[in-house]
Amino acid sequence: MTKLFEVPLYPYQRSKDQDAASPVRHPVVIIGAGPVGLALAIDLAQSGVPVVVLDENDKVSVGSRAICFSKRSLEIFDRLGCGDEMVQKGVVWNLGKVFFGDRKVYEFNLLPEDGHKRPAFINLQQYYCELYLVERIRMLQAEGKPIEIRGRNRVSEIEPAAGHTRLIVETPEDAYRLEAEWLVACDGAASPARRMMDLEFAGRVFEDNFLIADVVMKADFPTERWFWFDPPFNKDQSALLHKQPDGVWRIDLQLGWDIDKEEEKKPDHVIPRLKQMLGDDVDFDLEWISIYTFQCRRMGTFRHDRVIFAGDSAHQVSPFGARGANSGFQDADNLGWKLKMVLEGKAPERLLDSYAYEREMAADENILQSSRSTDFITPKSEMSRIFRDAVLDLAEDHAFARPLVNSGRLSVPCIYDGSPLNGADTDLLPMRTRPGSPAPDAPLGADWLLDRLKGGFVVLGINCSVPEDISLNGLKVVGVAIHGPDIGPELRDRYLGEQSKAVYLIRPDQHVAARWLEFDRTAVEAALAKALGAKEEEHA
Amino acid sequence: MTGMGTTGLTKPDAFYESLLKAHEGLSKADSDAFNARLILLMANQIGDEAVLEGLLASAATSGVSAVKD
Ligand SMILES: Cc1cc2nc3c(=O)[nH]c(=O)nc-3n(C[C@H](O)[C@H](O)[C@H](O)COP(=O)(O)OP(=O)(O)OC[C@H]3O[C@@H](n4cnc5c(N)ncnc54)[C@H](O)[C@@H]3O)c2cc1C
Repeated sequence: MTKLFEVPLYPYQRSKDQDAASPVRHPVVIIGAGPVGLALAIDLAQSGVPVVVLDENDKVSVGSRAICFSKRSLEIFDRLGCGDEMVQKGVVWNLGKVFFGDRKVYEFNLLPEDGHKRPAFINLQQYYCELYLVERIRMLQAEGKPIEIRGRNRVSEIEPAAGHTRLIVETPEDAYRLEAEWLVACDGAASPARRMMDLEFAGRVFEDNFLIADVVMKADFPTERWFWFDPPFNKDQSALLHKQPDGVWRIDLQLGWDIDKEEEKKPDHVIPRLKQMLGDDVDFDLEWISIYTFQCRRMGTFRHDRVIFAGDSAHQVSPFGARGANSGFQDADNLGWKLKMVLEGKAPERLLDSYAYEREMAADENILQSSRSTDFITPKSEMSRIFRDAVLDLAEDHAFARPLVNSGRLSVPCIYDGSPLNGADTDLLPMRTRPGSPAPDAPLGADWLLDRLKGGFVVLGINCSVPEDISLNGLKVVGVAIHGPDIGPELRDRYLGEQSKAVYLIRPDQHVAARWLEFDRTAVEAALAKALGAKEEEHA
Repeated sequence: MTGMGTTGLTKPDAFYESLLKAHEGLSKADSDAFNARLILLMANQIGDEAVLEGLLASAATSGVSAVKD
């Protein structure tokens, strides 16, 4: 059977740029058609910003890789026009079991918060995610949107220049030159761009290896997440079993640092271990095995003048909590509209510094969370192991100890507290929707709030009229007013609290920029200017 | 934090005896595990992060290996 990741999805085609007399300059060039580069390209193209994506490969990611896509990622896919495809294919699970040694210490039901269009997360192989993103690009192309994806185009040189960056791109034919007003490096954890520019990639380093196996079960097997601490088949380490679509189960075995990778990967070595894990009577086929090495680290800063880093090239975390790809989508979500505003002259270049500020803050949070999980899963000292084991022993009979069990805290979006883009606030409204926070979804009759918060900046009036369009510096802002019967308990709880009405300014990435108890045009204009990177005195 | 005030225990000797009894016959490893479970149970019973931070500081600043600054 040919696997999805063996078929060229964007095969090499000669571009007219290769025959141009002088290097062609594009507003935005993205290096890397991984999930992050693809998502960013869609965001730009669908809002009319021309974009070229270069990838040295021409296929989706090999093997399942990232498999947990969080609610926020699904909401971003909704905005990008491919949320339904992901959710229809994905697997939703709610039941989890935690094992310690050879016994089950407890099980839990996830029971996610009600009143959201999307589930807390879905399981989906990364190659499907990339496939749907590429299909969305094909749809945009069919609509005539300015987006190009060039397979087998490897960037081999990067040279920053005044107001642009020069690139050399190698292809199966000749190499050619290209110029980018803005270059976004989404070229993965090994980022050649970072290396070419000689930039550091430092931070707290946790060295660890994971054996990743995709197995196809030949009989029914429950749709549950099983996590083992210190199981007999993987002493002193952890193991995870998770369901994916197509009857594929994902198995992660933590291996530690000092291992012989080639030896560990051999099926003769892997299969007995899996039998021990799944039970002797479970029949399965091994589909894919890989060893994945990770460290927790990030770049000092994500913006280097006209070269911007997003996704794994900018930050890398442990897989506990599924923060790799999910945080990369939030990078793309944060960067897309900012690049557009700067390119269209509606915001100063400084706005892009807020990308660095906000996403570096998010990366620190992700590194902290995943470091804590790692400390719990692989205790670093005798005493930390004693406490870890005590927590697991207590968890069996005492519910209070269960929240202390840390097998990965699932990726949630960062709240950009203290961001230079945050405007007016009032503490009379609920904490969870303060400026900087991602706007939480809520039902609106048969529709959903987040589906209305699209197409640029939005002024959202709840029980409060707002003009349908407001403009500032020629920028059109969408007005959305929600009244009376459409305001359900979730919307009230999340956006009003004790108040009877409120006005929110929502950024194009659906984060709250500012909020008030009533509509005041001057105040909204000031907040909009601030959210576009203006300094205080410029809109005072 | 220095000095936690007077004891809150009405029968200090009896509590101390129970504590030792609980460890009787345990290996060092089992005693360590017991203590860890006990600390977690007590932390949950106290249930106040600020008080717990204070207790962590008190434990760190008394005894021979104290971290005094
Ligand atoms: C084996 C493995 C298992 C993983 N498992 C998990 C997991 O379980 N959970 C999880 O959350 N995350 C996991 N990850 C991490 C997750 O896959 C990444 O976080 C995610 O892919 C990051 O996306 P990205 O777009 O930033 O980079 P990538 O997906 O790495 O994409 C980078 C792209 O850049 C291209 N490229 C590189 N250099 C050049 C160049 N010079 N010119 C042109 N193109 C170039 C590459 O071909 C590639 O397509 C795993 C990763 C690996 C490798």
